[in-house]
Amino acid sequence: MIAGRGAGAATRRLGRGGGTALPGLVAGAIAPRLLEELSTDLPLGVVTVTGTNGKTTTAHLLAAILERAGLDPLANHAGSNLERGLAAAYVSEVDATGDLEHSDRRIGVFEVDEAALPPLFPRLQPRLATFLNLFRDQLDRYGEVDSVATGWHRMLADTSPQTGLVLNADDPNIALLGEGSARAVTRFGVDDPEVALHSAEHASDARFCPNGNRYRYDAIYMGHVGLWYCDCCGSRRPDPEVSARHVVLESDHSIVTLSIAGTEVVVELPLSGLYTVYNALAAAATAHALGVTPDVIAAALTEAGAPFGRQERFQLGDKTVRVLLAKNPAGLNEVIRTLAASDGPLTVLAMLNDGIQDGQDVSWIYDADLELLTGRRPTLIAAGDRADDLALRWQLAGVEAQAVVPETEAAVDVALDETRPGDRLDVVATYTAMLAVREALARRAGVASYWERPDAHRPAEAAP
Amino acid sequence: MSSSYTDAPPVRVVSLYPDVMNVYADRGNLLAIRHRAAARGIALEEFDVSLEDPLPPEADLVLIGGGQDREQHRIAAELAARGDTLRAWAEDDTAMLAVCGGFQLFGRWYRDKRGRTLPGVGVFDATTVAPGPRAERAVGDILIESAVPGLGPRAERDPRAVQVVGFENHAGRTYLGPSARPFGCVRFGRGNNGADIYEGAVYREAIGTYLHGSVLPKNPALLDHLLASALSHRLGALVTLDPLPAPYAERAHTAAVAITERRSPPR
Repeated sequence: MIAGRGAGAATRRLGRGGGTALPGLVAGAIAPRLLEELSTDLPLGVVTVTGTNGKTTTAHLLAAILERAGLDPLANHAGSNLERGLAAAYVSEVDATGDLEHSDRRIGVFEVDEAALPPLFPRLQPRLATFLNLFRDQLDRYGEVDSVATGWHRMLADTSPQTGLVLNADDPNIALLGEGSARAVTRFGVDDPEVALHSAEHASDARFCPNGNRYRYDAIYMGHVGLWYCDCCGSRRPDPEVSARHVVLESDHSIVTLSIAGTEVVVELPLSGLYTVYNALAAAATAHALGVTPDVIAAALTEAGAPFGRQERFQLGDKTVRVLLAKNPAGLNEVIRTLAASDGPLTVLAMLNDGIQDGQDVSWIYDADLELLTGRRPTLIAAGDRADDLALRWQLAGVEAQAVVPETEAAVDVALDETRPGDRLDVVATYTAMLAVREALARRAGVASYWERPDAHRPAEAAP
Repeated sequence: MSSSYTDAPPVRVVSLYPDVMNVYADRGNLLAIRHRAAARGIALEEFDVSLEDPLPPEADLVLIGGGQDREQHRIAAELAARGDTLRAWAEDDTAMLAVCGGFQLFGRWYRDKRGRTLPGVGVFDATTVAPGPRAERAVGDILIESAVPGLGPRAERDPRAVQVVGFENHAGRTYLGPSARPFGCVRFGRGNNGADIYEGAVYREAIGTYLHGSVLPKNPALLDHLLASALSHRLGALVTLDPLPAPYAERAHTAAVAITERRSPPR
């Protein structure tokens, strides 16, 4: 245990990034049953948060709610969501005798990679499992979307009915996980067709019900997520216990009227975009399932800031920089929509890397609807390891890059030059590109490195 | 023939099941065709043909992309029922680009991982078998040297013209029959089945391939080849396109070739 913690400190001292999962790797090698042993040390059990998009933000919001409710959440806050990241979260919290610092209010809040969940599930024995959404993502790593869903169904069939579920009613891939289930299920969803899309997005990942009929929608909120039904087999989007009754999306915040088991509360989220509304709903539904009252949920959501790298802001002189993570078509579509709704001239630093954590295949950029931004005539700088692919994609969308600069520091220089005083620069980046650009921006802004921030216990190594 | 094609009637582009076989971003191929055609002053008339939609009476270019087993099962019977028309179009030198799952269904048949056999269109003399769930998927960057006339012969002048680069991600192993020709030979990556050296299939002006990427945006020589084929079909005469630089596409092509040579297994 202490060996593991030393490894983290040593990597950080060596200046090789955050040293985020190495402690978990070392500890996992020394004590392979670490997760089982330490899970039983959490008196209030473990909650898992899984899905293609929104894991980090949802877990962050949930931890904030639980803290306000007087609990003591132990979380892998910074997106390190494979087994090693989970073990690292434990290691950072144990004392010199290897025991988890004792508290009877301890609860584990773990975001878990969607493909890593099935093998970890029996070891973590969660009391509650929250499922956010299932979109196409890194098909080179996960294989096909359907095989992820099949893995979840098999996993749940083998899991004790004691494990409760929190499900996104609006995503048929997710809602079906609760179908015919004997376990406790809490559902969340959006009940405001005003914020629906006027036309379907290109990337839709649940077009057919299990009987092979095409889903129909009363409203589509994003991708295949919405008020779905099948007019052949009669299955339809179930009524959610926790829902967003009224949503107002502003360029830098959202105002949401939440209905939590019949009680309405108004929440102002310091984040923009409908996808963050879904994350807040998921956190609220999970907290509700844990017995937290609606007023505590509302107060905590309003106060919670942006987690690491997700809509973070930096002030560089008289220019604001906003960092937006986008690593798959659904996420990029939401970012594009957020940008399209933003005020003022748009200056965009778009960064595409193709590391293992980003997905080595960059085909997915053709699935995203970049064309939604064409009319805004953004000033574009293309960057990252695959800057040329990205510049080509944007050219096909009718936006010619002002500059193509693969290297991070040089790209930040050019992008800041292109941003007029008083204006905002939006950085849209894949996972490893986000880590790199965040470091560059934090240093220029004089902000602490990410592993020094109090809310980032153990930053990211693992898959986003 | 210089520039006479700018007065040509619109080239008829048919996208087959664009809302079903769309799992792997292959619509980038259509985006590239639109962009390049506009740059060349070639008008397009587009047809989306999904489940239960009729085929238009004629087509100059047919596109179909990749899908998972579920999507393939959903369309296979209907697609096979359109086989007579599609094969007649192929015989008539309609240009076609069938990618991954679409390529598999443009062969004779496809046997999925549970052993169920789906009928194919039969444009290509090729068959595909999906191995069991424990078999390794062919996933990674891929670089091939094309055997397509019009792409191949230009190789001596411009080696990039013959190289086609993309990303493959498939479980199915495709085997070419005696009357099939491959689209190309694999230099880096796995290709049709990982055993022989072949990638894809070609029949007259129809091309089947496993390459995503999307493949057309970053392979401008292939893009121009398909546009020229489609335009030739429209006009009933062989069309040679004027040279037209594609700097963004060339840079993305060069970058992808370098990455593939670094990351993928040589053959």
